[in-house]
Formats: sequence, C-alpha cells, structure tokens
Amino acid sequence: MSMLILKAGLHDTFQDGGRKGWQHVGINVGGAMDLASMQVANIVVGNKPDEGVLEFTFPAPVIQFNQAALLVVGGADFEAKLNNAHLVGCKPFVVAAGTVLSFATWKQGAYAYLAVHGGYELDDWLASTSTHTKVKAGGFNGRRLLKGDVINFKRKAREVNTLRIFPWYADVRQFMQESDTIRCVTGIEWLWLNKSAQKDFCKIKFVVSKQSDRMGYRLLGKALLKSKNEELPSAAVNFGTVQLLPDGQLIILMADHQTTGGYPRIAHVASADRSRLAQRAIGASLYFSVVSHQEAEMYFMQQVTHIEQLAFSISFRLKDVISELYEQSDN
Amino acid sequence: MQTKPTFHPLGDQALLVSFGHEINLEINEAVYQLYATLLNDAEPCWTDLIPAYNSLTLLYDASTLFKKYGQSPYHFVKGYVATCLASLLPTETRSARSVDMPVCYHPEYGLDIVAYSKKCSISVRELIQLHTGIRYHVYMLGFLPGFAYMGTVDKRIAGPRLDKPRTAVPAGSVGIAANQTGIYPLQSPGGWNIIGRTPIQLFDISKEEPSYLQPGDSVRFYEISKSEFEEVSSLKSNKS
Repeated sequence: MSMLILKAGLHDTFQDGGRKGWQHVGINVGGAMDLASMQVANIVVGNKPDEGVLEFTFPAPVIQFNQAALLVVGGADFEAKLNNAHLVGCKPFVVAAGTVLSFATWKQGAYAYLAVHGGYELDDWLASTSTHTKVKAGGFNGRRLLKGDVINFKRKAREVNTLRIFPWYADVRQFMQESDTIRCVTGIEWLWLNKSAQKDFCKIKFVVSKQSDRMGYRLLGKALLKSKNEELPSAAVNFGTVQLLPDGQLIILMADHQTTGGYPRIAHVASADRSRLAQRAIGASLYFSVVSHQEAEMYFMQQVTHIEQLAFSISFRLKDVISELYEQSDN
Repeated sequence: MQTKPTFHPLGDQALLVSFGHEINLEINEAVYQLYATLLNDAEPCWTDLIPAYNSLTLLYDASTLFKKYGQSPYHFVKGYVATCLASLLPTETRSARSVDMPVCYHPEYGLDIVAYSKKCSISVRELIQLHTGIRYHVYMLGFLPGFAYMGTVDKRIAGPRLDKPRTAVPAGSVGIAANQTGIYPLQSPGGWNIIGRTPIQLFDISKEEPSYLQPGDSVRFYEISKSEFEEVSSLKSNKS
C-alpha cells in the first residue's frame, strides 16, 4: 500500500484544501493551486473533497505502485501513461503491484493531481497536510518529493493481477472549460488606476511570465499607470488578489501567497475562476473581465453545485468498485 | 475611535474592515477589539481573521454561508460584523508581554548596518543606540509565519527599503523599513535593511503557539556581542 518515486518531477508536493485559521500569525493557507481539480480527483476515488493529493507540474514524476490501489489523475494534461497504456484524465484506474505511471509530454495546463482512495499517509501540521516548504512542515517531510521516496496509502486494497482502467470519467467540462478570460471583481485600490489604465486592464492581453510559481503569477503586459501614489500600510491579501507593482506590472497572488502585503490591490480574481487561472501555464495569455461582486458570488455557487452534483452521481458508480477492492473499513 | 469603520470586499470570499488610513496605537487597538469580539463568537462565520495595522479581514466560505442563510454571503458577513462592532469586547484579556530581544549588530550579521547608517547620515553606534533606545509595539503578524511588524522607529533611522530585495535573508535577521522594524523568523527573500541578527528562535512548529511574538507585545532590543551571539546559537544547535 505504497508508491515509489522512480523519478522526481519539477515540483511534486502534497496539497489539500489548505491550512485555514492561522493567517493571523502569518502562516499562509497554501493548499492546491487548482482546488476544483483537486476536489474532483478526490471525488472520483471516493474521498472527501479536501483529502491531501499529490500536486505536480511538468516535468512530472515517474511513479511505481507497490500494491493494488484505486487512483485517478486530474487537472493539467501531461499525457499520462500507465505502463504503456494511454490514460485520460479524471478516469479512475486500479493499479497492480509494479504498475508504472508516467507522463509523456506537456499538453495543457500547469498543475496535475494524483489522488488515491483513502488518501496518503502524510504529516499533519495545524490540521492540514499541505506541504509548507518554507517552514518544512506538512505533506511528505515538509518538502517536495525526491527520487526514492516511498509514500504510504492509508487504506489497503486486495491484490489484483492486472491493471484496470475504468470506462467512465468525471465530466468537468461544464465548469472547467479552458478559456483565457479570467473574471474578476475590482479591488479596494482600483480607483488608483487612472481612467485609461482601468480601460487597458479590461482590454489588453497579459502573459504569464517565467517568474510565476505557487506564490504568485507575474504578468507581462503594458504598464498600468497610477493616478495616486501613497504608501499603504500592510493589510490582508487573498488568493487571486491582483496587485499593482511599482513598475506598473501586475502580480496575481496564488495558493502560497503571503498573508499580508502593501501593494495596491486593484482587483481580485473571482473564486470560480481561480482554478482556470491556476491552469494558465507560463507563457499562456489571459484577459481580465470585470464582473460585479454579486455575479462573482453566483459563479462560485454554480461551481460548488456542479461539483456536488458530480460527487452525488459518482458515489453510486463507486460503491461496488470500492467494496470489491477494499476490505471493510474499520470505522 | 475617531473614524467610523468602513467595509470593503477583498474578492468574493472576504470582507475587510478598515479603521482609517493612519498607523497609530489607538486605531490598532480598535482592530484588536473587533478581533477579540469575533474570536469570542460561538458559531464563527469566518475561516480566517487577519488583523493588521488599521484593518481586520475576515475570510469566509461563501458556499457554507449561502447554504445556511440563502443570501449574498458578503451582505450576511457585513451585517454580522456591524452587529459585533456595536458591542465590542475589551482587549484586556490578551496577555501582552514585555519582551527583551538580544541582537548582535556586528556587520557580519547586520548585513546592511554600515551602508544604512551612512544613508541615515549617522554613525553605526548612534544607529544601535537609537534602535535599542525605545520599546516597540507589535502591531501585527504577517508576511511570513511569525513575522512581527513593530513600530515606530526613531525618525533618524527610518528609511526606504533596499532598491533590490535580497533573494535570501537569513533567519533571525533584524531589519528596518520606513518607520517599522521587524525580524525574519525564517530564511526568506526580503527588502528590509538588515541591521542585526537575534539568536532567539521566533517560529517553532513544535509549539502549540508557534509564533514567539504576538500582537500587543512590547519589544525592546538590547545589544549582544558577536561571541555572545555565537555562544547562544551553538547552544541552540546542540540542543536540537
């Protein structure tokens, strides 16, 4: 009931729904970059939506399974392969001892997820298993994965002889469609932008720069000019906060963002579009569209409802699979 | 309180309560009064509370609130906070401590102390005297786990951040930025002027309260020599 990292990827870390309730001491939330994909991956293998999963970028890891288990790959598409068989995302599969999962090439997106039924055995810090690399806590030894790491699964499956890929998959198209338009609401310092910069923000193309990571996506685009120049006392920022840097360029704060900041907050990405934004890889373009606060709230409710409906329909399909593969749970 | 608090959304799942634009003890006290009042709440509607110099931000899970109350989550939280503001709890309950913090100002640890004192047109000795001369108030924690924003430093040693931030400021580094002083609890990129280093561990994940400094604490720095610093540091590393 474990997996072995044959080859580490560029940045493989375990992430869950985030470390909530500690921002008052400066501990950032972290958690999955693409929360919706993480939740869907968990749902497809019968977990609670916020169970810790493996998050990875490209180059992706090569992983060997030491025993049978029910798993799924979700999020970005790196052309997954199980031994030599092609694997479609969001499609559950059962591995046999010795099965190897690898990723052939980058196709789409930035962050992919590997979820296992029952979850991984991870370090818990402040009620979260998300890896905090700075503090070196949570996840697997508080760090990204290295070659030779063995990660245990919480639940033991009955042995199977052959690899099995299920014929069905979770259809996430209705709420995860790829688009380069990112909806946002205006921020407290929106009016610091002069009129033409406000127009530019809604019109021009931005490109995700190479200096982008789990902390923030730095954008390349025409410099936006301020009509106001004041020092801001540090205050809270959020996942999706669009900050205006002194040179007129933008940075969007992502999952590992610091808790407080002092740059003008000109906008915030709608919660419903955080996942879509997270999947805009380095070099991808994006446009902002400003929506009302109420619209943003509504889009998020729609996304939550879609995921809940998906969870409901999948739970029926999974029932037999899980009872066949896993011994009765103790609890 | 001089100004009436104002409400602002910080995205679609957070509310920021602003108490004004200035940095002063009175406004900061108002922030922590609301913080204490919200913490006392039996059924919290928030997932995170972030008190800062002159604002308090509530993060909430919009879907839970929507299912429970069926209205715009933002309007619900706004109404809720407005009620709390009408019956604030005093902050006397918080156990503000008086902390003495040893700092080695030797240029080997105070990476910018020579350049920075020149920028301030004073001697290194004067800079140390001014920095250790007064007690500082911990206004807030933020930026990094356990990073305490303290103020306010003497005008003569208040200056702008480095033009080019360092990619790695060592843990324990004591810095100045504008009229604030602070200590980096962990190694991190940063743009503050580094004038010294403390051997005290400011963030310890094995502790129930991992942050050594807390908002409301008052901190006074005192100078230790390079050999004292190294002695304490080696004791610390032997222990672990």
